[in-house]
Amino acid sequence: MILRQAQDEVIGSNKTTLMLSLSKHEVEQRVLELLHRVPDPEIPCVSVVDLGIVREVRAGEPSTVVITPTYSGCPATHAIQMAIRAALDGAGLADMRIETALSPPWTTDWISDEGREKLRGYGIAPPPKGANRHSLREEPAECPRCGSTRTEEISRFGSTPCKSLHRCLACSEPFDRFKCH
Amino acid sequence: MPGEDNLFHHAVRLGDDALILAQRLSEWCGHAPMLEVDLALANIALDLFGQATFFLGLAGKLEGQGRDANALAFHRDVLDFRNCLLVEQPNGDFAQTIARQFLFSNWQELLMREIAAAPEVRLAAIGAKAVKEVTYHARYASEWVVRLGDGTEESRARMIAGLDWMWRFVDELFDSRDGTPSLRPEWDARIARTLAEANLELPKPRRAVLGGRAGHHSEHLGHLLCEMQFLPRAYPGAVW
Repeated sequence: MILRQAQDEVIGSNKTTLMLSLSKHEVEQRVLELLHRVPDPEIPCVSVVDLGIVREVRAGEPSTVVITPTYSGCPATHAIQMAIRAALDGAGLADMRIETALSPPWTTDWISDEGREKLRGYGIAPPPKGANRHSLREEPAECPRCGSTRTEEISRFGSTPCKSLHRCLACSEPFDRFKCH
Repeated sequence: MPGEDNLFHHAVRLGDDALILAQRLSEWCGHAPMLEVDLALANIALDLFGQATFFLGLAGKLEGQGRDANALAFHRDVLDFRNCLLVEQPNGDFAQTIARQFLFSNWQELLMREIAAAPEVRLAAIGAKAVKEVTYHARYASEWVVRLGDGTEESRARMIAGLDWMWRFVDELFDSRDGTPSLRPEWDARIARTLAEANLELPKPRRAVLGGRAGHHSEHLGHLLCEMQFLPRAYPGAVW
């Protein structure tokens, strides 16, 4: 429902004609705006653009959206592809291709600042920036509820491949953290 | 890596290692000693399934006969699998599973680093992605080796037995024909470092068991494939 609404807002009702009259750059911007409203299936507070899963939008013949998986085996990858397909189809862009690129490999550094704030608001501690430096020896996570850094890691493998499990020693709240990757 | 044909075989070996170990680890799902361990092993399996999909998908493209990753995973018989014998070994107890993971992930991490830096870009893309995941696996397994090895009398005895059992399958990884002999010194150093931290000795040398890369597998692999391949073989073309 939200998706449909979003598409109509962005593209308007007379979709095809409208897109045809736009420059390449405008098409790319509009598609990005559209994808900005496609939520991640497992963490719906952030969009696939916020997470850095959408790498590129290329207007052309054919137009292409380039996406990248977070973890190799992330089961959401397939759902994300279908959600993007549905959003594009719904906006009259059925002939836009979706391409998957593995290289360069996805990193949490690609999560936007806006995305990090949304994660925090949702109760998930965002990953520290500088994935290469932090991936294995991370400083204590900051509790998304009370802000304390008196926290401990319970498990490096959490409810999804991209998260680890922590506990706040100040407010006792358990929470997820986006693993630095 | 000269020639597409060699590259095909290389990709199949890498894909089969990941696929078979992922299937083995999945057997723990719902049975692990603690919830956190259950999640961790399932997560590691998931990473490996993803890597297997990429490697076997590439192999299918190189072969050019219309086989995709699923066709290679589900419609080959046991003699056509090229995984190392280590990954097909039964889970045993938790310590034996950790022993297998410890030996394998440390090797896989070094191998993925090498592939990620190699000129073959299609493999390098998969390797660069995998290395980030496998680093976690190696670290996780190493931490458990220390915890069990330097733990109670019982956990220590089990860790020693697990390593002892798996040790005979190590030489295959570094075999000069289709293994990676150049990675041995660094692997040896890593293993020795963790074992020292765990107050464990290196397992005694054993006669190496080889053959997985040539399709000569233990009886265990057939049973694993029976379970893994049953559905797509009984209902060809079935989709969700």
